[in-house]
Amino acid sequence: MTEAKTQEKKYPAPQGNPETQAFWDAAKQGKFLIKRCTACGEAHYFPRSICPFCFSDKTVWEESAGEGEIYTFSLMRKSATGPYAIGYVKLKEGPAVQTNFVDCDLSALKIGQKVRVVFKPTDGAPLPFFTPVG
Amino acid sequence: MTIKNKAYIAGIYEHPTRHAPDKSTAQLHAEVAKGALEDAGLTHADVDGYFCAGDAPGGIWQMSDYLGLNKLRHLDSTETGGCSYIIALGHAAEAIAAGKCSVALITLAGKPRTGPMPPRAYGPEIDFEMAYGPTTHNAYGMCAMRHMHDFGTTSEQLAWVKVAASHHAQYNPHAMLRDVVTVEDVVNSPIISDPLHRLDCCVVSDGGGAVIVTTPEIAKSLKRPLVRLTGHGEAQKGPNGGRKLDLTYSAGVWSGPAAFAEAGITPKDIKYASIYDSFTITVVIQLEDLGFCKKGEGGKFVSDGNLISGVGKLPWNTDGGGLCNNHPINRGGMTKIIEAVRQLRGEAHPKVQVPNCDLALVHGTGGLLGVRHAASTAVLERV
Repeated sequence: MTEAKTQEKKYPAPQGNPETQAFWDAAKQGKFLIKRCTACGEAHYFPRSICPFCFSDKTVWEESAGEGEIYTFSLMRKSATGPYAIGYVKLKEGPAVQTNFVDCDLSALKIGQKVRVVFKPTDGAPLPFFTPVG
Repeated sequence: MTIKNKAYIAGIYEHPTRHAPDKSTAQLHAEVAKGALEDAGLTHADVDGYFCAGDAPGGIWQMSDYLGLNKLRHLDSTETGGCSYIIALGHAAEAIAAGKCSVALITLAGKPRTGPMPPRAYGPEIDFEMAYGPTTHNAYGMCAMRHMHDFGTTSEQLAWVKVAASHHAQYNPHAMLRDVVTVEDVVNSPIISDPLHRLDCCVVSDGGGAVIVTTPEIAKSLKRPLVRLTGHGEAQKGPNGGRKLDLTYSAGVWSGPAAFAEAGITPKDIKYASIYDSFTITVVIQLEDLGFCKKGEGGKFVSDGNLISGVGKLPWNTDGGGLCNNHPINRGGMTKIIEAVRQLRGEAHPKVQVPNCDLALVHGTGGLLGVRHAASTAVLERV
């Protein structure tokens, strides 16, 4: 297995839109937000104004602890911008989040590993990524 | 209301090219349409229903005008990636059963080897996914990683899917890859995106295919063997707001049972199966979801040549599939229909023809299995 290190690469700036602007504003403050529906109680990601589970419009922003564990990942070795690890994190609050794993030895990633959110800069709002804990 | 026995596949055509620098994409659509109409014994003037998907240059009104289809009463451009054409098969049967058209043409064509692929279309998820680089390879890789984690599936088991495809492809003069490969060849090929090796991935080919669907009356007036649609299903699955994410199953858990129920059969009755093999893991997950084996036992099911015609219990993708034969414009559904019809007509290569093949399955997924996708299943019967 090759030792694949995270490259510092340039990420595209989020376009943003009225529905998700609060998420990106919070990201600029280092906060990772999810949405929760106060009608059915379920949290979801990525954020929508209308709950995808019960279709209520009573959804509210909630700051996530930004902690979870790796549900799955794949180390993409054939890439023009260098290897990267894409995967899903299952947050403590429940929802799964698509992400890249960064600031770590990509060849040592494991399903079930504990991870936490880190933000990386773009030309606009920063983007959330995850990195192994400990 | 059912579509059972109300629509027949009267014509099929798979373009022999796998590399077409000298042709336009629209031209390939026209050539496969012409081929399928000639196979059926019908003419261009008979077509009153047209079905195409995201590969059709410009969209359905541009293509129907280019093809000179001036008698259309029914148009459908449902876009669900590689399974669009299996969904179109069901939609064509619905339209025929409802009297909305009587001769439906479905086309697919493209040339990813000689031109740029159209950029991936993003929806409302764009800011929350695009930067992370989801591609076909890593999206299916993520499914394979979790399947291995949950069920102990191995790379050697996945490799058997490619081995079976290569055994069939050796008899197909048009196949891109005709060399028989071994499990060792697959697991020793370079990893593209963990845990998938180069030989776990399908080919990239220029080309296309077309199908003609028609009424029982018209089909019986023609000179081709009679093949009819007895059941059909379609479904979609995505991350669903991140709730209970489980990448070890696909929308096939819904499309499959719907098709089997409409046909009034079970997986045990199937004599031949065309299952879209975008990657080896795709086939393993689909076999489980369709009920050919229990969840988690797909790796064991495909091992030891069980998918090889004349060797195993479930003859599968006897043209060599997307893994070895053909995968026009990275969309595998059309060629799956075509090989199933060949099997039911008794027109497959003699070395892979299933004896007395009277009941076949066609199944595929479209999109990214590890992100969001659709699935469609069809049951076909020789009359």
